[in-house]
Formats: sequence, C-alpha cells, structure tokens
Amino acid sequence: MIAFLNQYGWQLLQKTWEQLYISAISLFLGMVVAVPLGIFLTRTPRTAKIVIGIAGMLQTIPSLALLALMIPILGIGKVPSIVALFIYSLLPILRNTYLGMESVDPVLKDSAKGMGMTSFQSITQVEVPLAIPVIMAGIRLSAVYVISWATLAAFIGGGGLGDFIFDGLNLFQPDLIIGGTIPVTIMAVLADYLLGLLEKKLTPLQQDSRDSEEADK
Amino acid sequence: MEKTTPMVEFKDIAKIYHNNTAVEKVNLKVNHGDFVCLIGTSGSGKTTTMRMINRMLEPTSGEVFLNGKNIKEFDPVKLRRKIGYVIQNIGLIPHMTIYENITLVPKLLKWPEEKKREQAKKLIRLVELPTDFLDRYPGELSGGQQQRIGVIRALAAEQDIILMDEPFGALDPITRESLQDLVKDLQEKLGKTVVFVTHDMDEALKLATKVVVMDHGNIIQQASPTELLNHPANDFVKKLIGEERLIQARADITTAQQIMLKDPVSITLGQPLKSAVSLMRKRRVDTLLVTDDDGYLKGYLDLADLNKYNRVTSVSDIMITRLFKIYTDTLIRNSAERILKQGLRYVPVIDHQGKLCGIVTRSSLVDMVYDIIWGGSEAEKDESADSTQGGEVQ
Ligand SMILES: Nc1ncnc2c1ncn2[C@@H]1O[C@H](COP(=O)(O)OP(=O)(O)O)[C@@H](O)[C@H]1O
Ligand SMILES: [Mg+2]
Repeated sequence: MIAFLNQYGWQLLQKTWEQLYISAISLFLGMVVAVPLGIFLTRTPRTAKIVIGIAGMLQTIPSLALLALMIPILGIGKVPSIVALFIYSLLPILRNTYLGMESVDPVLKDSAKGMGMTSFQSITQVEVPLAIPVIMAGIRLSAVYVISWATLAAFIGGGGLGDFIFDGLNLFQPDLIIGGTIPVTIMAVLADYLLGLLEKKLTPLQQDSRDSEEADK
Repeated sequence: MEKTTPMVEFKDIAKIYHNNTAVEKVNLKVNHGDFVCLIGTSGSGKTTTMRMINRMLEPTSGEVFLNGKNIKEFDPVKLRRKIGYVIQNIGLIPHMTIYENITLVPKLLKWPEEKKREQAKKLIRLVELPTDFLDRYPGELSGGQQQRIGVIRALAAEQDIILMDEPFGALDPITRESLQDLVKDLQEKLGKTVVFVTHDMDEALKLATKVVVMDHGNIIQQASPTELLNHPANDFVKKLIGEERLIQARADITTAQQIMLKDPVSITLGQPLKSAVSLMRKRRVDTLLVTDDDGYLKGYLDLADLNKYNRVTSVSDIMITRLFKIYTDTLIRNSAERILKQGLRYVPVIDHQGKLCGIVTRSSLVDMVYDIIWGGSEAEKDESADSTQGGEVQ
C-alpha cells in the first residue's frame, strides 16, 4: 500500500483530479441543459414526450459504443469524453426535472397563476422549490453514473483513473486496477453525499424549525 | 351600491371545448357589493363561468366587462392581481410562511415591507387568528385555519372583487359554517363584491344577494334568495332547492290571516260578569277575549280572576288590557317562536284598526312546525292536534 502510493501517488492524484473535472464539467453541462429543458418541457407536453423519448434512446446506447462514436466526430481526448458523458447525464436530470415539475400539485399552480404570478414567477417561486427533491435525486443519480463512466474516458484518451484500470488490465497488475477503482468509488459516494447536503439546503422548509426542535426534546 | 356600471358583466358568453359545450350562453351582471352565488349540478359550467372573469379561461365567444371595460384590454397578469381568488383546495403555498402567503399579491405589486407587514397583521386579526401564526407554515395549521388564510390572502391587495370556487367544500360542517359567517361578514363590512361557486343550496341561500342557477351551461334563473324560494322558475330549480326548503319558505311567507281561526269566543265590555262565566263554562275555555260593541279588541278575562272578584259586576272592571296580539298581515315566521316559547295557547289577531279578526292557536302553529320538520304527513298532523289543548280555547 505504502509502496504503491510511493510509486504512483502523484500520478494517482493527477488522474483523480482529471476524473473529477471531466465528471464535474459533464454533470455541470448536463444540469445547465437538462434542468431548464425539463422545466420548459412541462409547458409543452407534446414536445415533452418526444424529447424524453429521444433522451431515453441515447441512454440505451452502450457507453463504450457512444465513446467510440465520438472519435469520428470529435477525435480523441477530453472534449469527446466530456461530450459523451454529458449526453449520459442528460436523461436522469431531464426526466426527474420533468417529473418533479409535473408532480407539483396543479392546485398550487392554478392558485399561483390565479393570483397573478407570471409563468416565470410561478416556476421560480412555487414549482421549482417544490420540485427540488425530485430534481436533486436526478442530479445525484447522474453524478454517480458520470463519475463511474468517466473511467471509460481513458478508452478514447480522455485520461482519468481509467488509465490506471486499463493499464492494470493490460499489464495484469491487480494493484493498479484496485488503485484506480477505489478512488472512483469514494468519489461517487462522496459526490452523492455532498449533493444530498446541497439538496437539504435547497429544499425550502415546510415547517417551523423551532417547532421541530421542540418536538425533538 | 347603486353604481350604474356593473362590476362584472357577461355578454353572450360561451365556452366550447372541441365539441363539448361547457358554457352555452351566459348573460349576467354582478353589481358592486353583490354576493353572487353560482349554483348548479356538477358540470353545469359554474367554474368555467367564474374563471372567465380573471382570464384563467378565455371565452369562445362573447365579452366580459370589468367596471365597463372589456377584460381583453387588461394584461391578464395585472388583471388577476386585482381580483381575489380562492379555490376549494385552499392552495396555500406549502413552503411559504403564512406571512409570505398572505402578502403574496402585495409582493407581486411591490408594496414596501412595512405596508405588507401591517396589512398581514390587520388581516390575520380580522379572522381572529393570533399574529404569531404569521411565522408558521400552512402545514402547521388546521384545514379551517388554512382556509381563513386563503380568504384573507384574496383580500390582501385590497381587491374589490373576489372569486371563490367551492372554497369550503372540503371542510367539516361546523368549520364551514363559521367560515361562511366570516366571509359574509367581511363582504358586508368591507363592501366587497363576491362571485362564489357552490353546489350547496344552504350555502347559496345563506350567503347570496343574488343566486344564479345554472344547468348545462345556461343560466336557468337569477334571483334573490327569497325570490328564488318563493318563485322557483321551473321544476329543475324546485328540485335543486328541495321540497323541505320550499315548505320552510312557505312558512316564511305565511301570514296570521292565513292560519287564524275566524270566530273566536269573545264578549263585549258592557256585559255582566255572570254571562261571561256562563259563556266560559259553555265553551269550556278559561280565558275570554273582550271587545267593545264595534268589535275592537280591548283585553281579556281570566277564569282565575273571576273567582277573586265575584263582587264586581261588569266585564270591563276586571279585564286585563295588556295582551300580546298580532296583526292579520304579521308573518308567522316572526311570531311563532314567541308564541311557542312563552307557552301562550293562542294569540288574538287584529287588523290595523284594532278590530278582532280571529286567533292563531298553538295547535295551528304546531301543525305548521310539524309540516316544516316532517314534510306535513297527515298522521302527524292528527297527533299534534290531539296533543295540545290550544284548540279548546273557543
Ligand atoms: N378543459 C376542459 N376540456 C374539456 N371539457 C371541459 C374542460 N373543463 C371543463 N369541461 C367541461 O365543461 C363542463 C363544465 O365544467 P365546469 O365549469 O367545471 O362545471 P362545474 O364547475 O359547474 O362543475 C363539464 O361538462 C366539463 O366536463
Ligand atoms: Mg366546479
């Protein structure tokens, strides 16, 4: 273990960082595209079916195949990796955003509109706050997917911890495989945990916190 | 109240979905200060009609005017901020505090903070809830309390007109009644105009100044509650009102003249006491009405007094002049309770000149009350007549 770290420590750190930022950029792009798109789709139910259908189809393309498909289009390296992972991250976020927005009680939407909120105000002040838990569940799911699949980026020269694992496979060195896998797992678990904290923070209260503290005593 | 332009006016409004007609042809005026109840069976187009006022729905044809101005000329969002809106499921936003809920429209209108705070406090006191509720969330309040907030939320931006769609349908009867009282009270006190959808006739009759009966997308009748009860336009309206309420309504317009007995036992002032006693014995009564020679009611004699004063000779010497009497056109509704509660066995009925015309007996009143409660079955009528002594007065 110590020996392994002595030999590969620096490299491991570097690759972990690569893995992290490939995943983070992909997830970030996924969120930036899928959340607004999901919200927009709730306003056009007919388009929604089509778009979610297409996103679902993209999801079924085997991940290696999708990465391979990137090569003729974008060549090799980090950019095609990020694009492929971004495509993967879309569906869970899109679907959950859509479902979360749809699950908001229509009575509340009607009430918000009837009182004179604009569509934008209703979305930002009523619907999104109520849909946060569902949207965040989608983002957490995407985060875990993206982090583990980012390992495959190595396959098209995207770098990351996949380099360790593929090297390990090629050179029959199990310690390289394990050394590459453990950080991925830790990263995925950690990301899920941190996003969970974020979710709690973003989800608006529906109960007076003082009261619940009192109830705890 | 007597402004010439109505608050809301519907002109030939229709709303058609594909081939489903929700509203066929509605012409309706809602005047300032009116409390209009739209009532009808489910699917008759009440909600659709109401929602065309704040442009939650656009009519297929026809025009709606608000204070004489076509509502198409308003920006829908701005229009809605001027119109209070309360729905059945309350619709308080669960992640906003009561304060934020109440001041939702004022916030949209960008009121300054202190003004919002003041308004929220004023309103919450108006519905008799403690001000520290302002910091709570809707989920921490009971259904009735939540709907109180729902009601004041619709008033918060000083809207002159409030739309309510079966707002109390989901509440238990006691809470519902207290909220009805509250809304009626607020409406009268603050001079608001209300358009209220309900399928509960009691609610409509209690609250409305104008009841609008709808069926299959058309208005069948629009009338004040009294007018509706006394002159239902057709069998549909009658059925909607219900037999029971119609009988009750009949009681409400029955006058003393209609149920009085026409030849009461009476004696004139100048008669000797002896004849009074023999008349009482003959007719087996213990009191006797006294009139003058022209038939004007003067007082009455009580058998108990006759025994005490056997030295006096004339009826006028011992008659009691203070007595409860009603006029021929007195509504029974207004005096029945007094007669029944005070245990009077009958009351004399006089015309406006003071002439004795008849008496209303306790038994005839009891008959009427039975009618109201049990729908006037014959068996019960007979029983009630047997069980009272009022009939023996004459
Ligand atoms: N969006 C809609 N599409 C099609 N039909 C509708 C729609 N909304 C209402 N309707 C129909 O219009 C009629 C009147 O509905 P509504 O105004 O809600 O009735 P009410 O409030 O009196 O119960 C009903 O037959 C209903 O099915
Ligand atoms: Mg309705």
